[in-house]
Amino acid sequence: MAVIITEDGIAADDWADKTVYPFDVFWSGQELPEEALAVEFPNDRKPEDLVPWLDRIEMIRVEFPSFADGRGFSLARRLRTLGYKGRLRAAGPVVSDQHRAAVRVGFDEIELPESVAARQPAEHWVIRKQGSYQQRLAS
Amino acid sequence: MAKRFKPQIATGNDLLDGDVVYFTQGLKWSRFIGDAWIATNEEAAEVLQKEASKFPNDIVGVYLTDVAIDDEGRARPDHFREDFRMRGPSNRPEHGRPVERA
Amino acid sequence: MYEYTDFDEAFVRERVAEFRGQVERRLDGSLTEDEFKPLRLMNGLYLQLHAYMLRIAVPYGTLNGRQMRQFAYIADRWDRGYGHFTTRQNIQFNWPKLQDVPDMLEALADVQMHAMQTSGNCIRNVTADHFSGAATDEIADPRPTAELLRQWSTDHPEFTWLGRKFKIAVTGSEHDRAVIKAHDIGLRLVQDDDGNPGYEVLVGGGLGRTPMLGKVVREFLPKEHLLPYVEAILQVYNLIGRRDNKYKARIKILVHETGIDEIRRLVESTFQENLARFNGVNQEVFDRIEASFAAPEFEPVYDVTPAVDAGLRSWIDTNVADHREPHYAIVTISLKGIGETPGDATSDQMRIMAALAEEFAHDELRISHEQNVILPHVPRRHLAEIYRRLKDAGLATANIGLVSDIIACPGMDYCALATARSIPVAQKISETFADIDRQRDIGPLKIKISGCINACGHHHVGHIGILGLDRAGVENYQITLGGDGTETASIGERAGPGFAYDEIVPAVERLIEAYLDHRSEDTETFLEVYRRMGPAPFKAALYPEAEARSNAA
Repeated sequence: MAVIITEDGIAADDWADKTVYPFDVFWSGQELPEEALAVEFPNDRKPEDLVPWLDRIEMIRVEFPSFADGRGFSLARRLRTLGYKGRLRAAGPVVSDQHRAAVRVGFDEIELPESVAARQPAEHWVIRKQGSYQQRLAS
Repeated sequence: MAKRFKPQIATGNDLLDGDVVYFTQGLKWSRFIGDAWIATNEEAAEVLQKEASKFPNDIVGVYLTDVAIDDEGRARPDHFREDFRMRGPSNRPEHGRPVERA
Repeated sequence: MYEYTDFDEAFVRERVAEFRGQVERRLDGSLTEDEFKPLRLMNGLYLQLHAYMLRIAVPYGTLNGRQMRQFAYIADRWDRGYGHFTTRQNIQFNWPKLQDVPDMLEALADVQMHAMQTSGNCIRNVTADHFSGAATDEIADPRPTAELLRQWSTDHPEFTWLGRKFKIAVTGSEHDRAVIKAHDIGLRLVQDDDGNPGYEVLVGGGLGRTPMLGKVVREFLPKEHLLPYVEAILQVYNLIGRRDNKYKARIKILVHETGIDEIRRLVESTFQENLARFNGVNQEVFDRIEASFAAPEFEPVYDVTPAVDAGLRSWIDTNVADHREPHYAIVTISLKGIGETPGDATSDQMRIMAALAEEFAHDELRISHEQNVILPHVPRRHLAEIYRRLKDAGLATANIGLVSDIIACPGMDYCALATARSIPVAQKISETFADIDRQRDIGPLKIKISGCINACGHHHVGHIGILGLDRAGVENYQITLGGDGTETASIGERAGPGFAYDEIVPAVERLIEAYLDHRSEDTETFLEVYRRMGPAPFKAALYPEAEARSNAA
């Protein structure tokens, strides 16, 4: 079972029993539930395509096919820029050193495959206290 | 027709200092190509690859490479890249590495 | 020069601590090599043919004497007493041990330096004109912009795991000494019709397997919008740049395949959307950065005795350029001694260069992308003494811009990616044309050598470019002609079949003979002759047998 990492540490997946809809369902005309609406976000899709539903979606699960594929970081940033306020999850074999960046671009949590989690204990995921040049330059 | 098999050895770099190392029949790593375990057929090469890959936290970038065999039956580089790996940079001979055991 | 703030200091120290932890996790096995590799690369650590290699950033090529001395200390303490200055204005050490690297980084932090983002698929060390702040043709100093970009790109949460590396160069002069057209983003400081400062923005340049010159994506970008605009370019690239093929993953391919007009549309719309979130740098921060690059306090004018020594005169002719203050000069110290490895300096030489900067030249040095070291602010009255001391240290070769001032990547003597050697080819060419008078007769000529298709030696923009390849297990060298890395940039054209290792230097000699035969007057340069006559006379010189055959036919 996948492991969930947040800034508070390791947690169980509270979405495990609920549906995450495929991205394409949103333009298929299919009826979507009013509550607990969640969507898979493959990292080659456009954030703009979700705009009509952004207010209703509770969780977006952005896929990281590998830790080296950083599209998800820009997707998170774009989704937040477009006004998405719900839960944002990075799903895939990311490494603990990416946790800081994930939080900064707007992710709330990381869904980690069990095999990867086994090698990277909870203490590795603690975000080292470090200032950010980007915040400093903007403020 | 089956392609003629060229003898192969396993080589990589030491995790700590990056130096070039060769996998030996004693299932250890040596700094000298003359110590390398030579696979002379497909099956042996598979075994070599498998055994040499069992040191992920000591040796990095392990790969098999074709070699020539000298008169004493020891492996010798078959390509100029492997020759430079064995000898060190050609522009600074003083930083060359020993090719033979002293 | 820019001095670290408390924030910079804390940041760099924290990164050293973080990397120390990453090395420990690698050694205890909690990080696999696959996972560790990108982390070490982001801290400048490569694994090369014979050893690790640590690449240290010299941001926009600017450093002071103390920093240069620290390189000498690092070379002696943890390496083998020398370092290699690169075409990205960095320095590389070729023999560090993995466990020592955190200590080396700590020693760098002691002098306000680091190795962050000198490798990996992130925004690399930002480069700039090595004559910044001293050039006679400068509109504005590009270094505040480069420093701003350095800060903004450091540990950027969005752009640290790009599809491929990303390089930015900045110039503030008409004459482009920073090769901005060969960068992912090239920036030129300009003014609009009302005199407001801003940038001309180029995108999609790069060398490598598919060389391309950058295209103008924005003719005038107001200065305050630099960061949001660059952020928009990076965001477009990160999201839609190709990731299926390493050789097609640079932004130049995206620009080429998508077209500059569509890229411009995407960038502009992303830029507009992003402005709401981030409308540009805090101007106070930028003002502080700009203030730190104020010109040194230039000394008053003194009388200077004209140089009588022939060696000194010759050195002044080639290695000394005019400064914006007429009684000052810009000195280029050649790291291209005859028969030496281009760009290498020993720890002793580093200490001498540091001392010269401290004693005579407002404590400032630069590294050029042409792998030389520059004293940007030298009162002319000190030139003779500087020359004398350089000569004692074997650093007074008077060959800047001449045939033996060759750019060469490390090639297969060090580099794990190389397909052939570069350094010995450069050494042999340099020895062949050892006579400085002969070099001066040949005139300005840029030979650039790369040991593989990745083109770290910039061969595509060499007047004569040499690319070393592996052809069926043998080193083979292809020649390109007519490349140019300046404001009149062009990509060199391949001359024909390659040459064996033993044939390449004679081939270069034949090219130069052909040039001398065809120049209309002594002042017509190699590149001018090539542009006037095209490749034919050069090809005839390179391939006499083919020429003879076609004449016989």
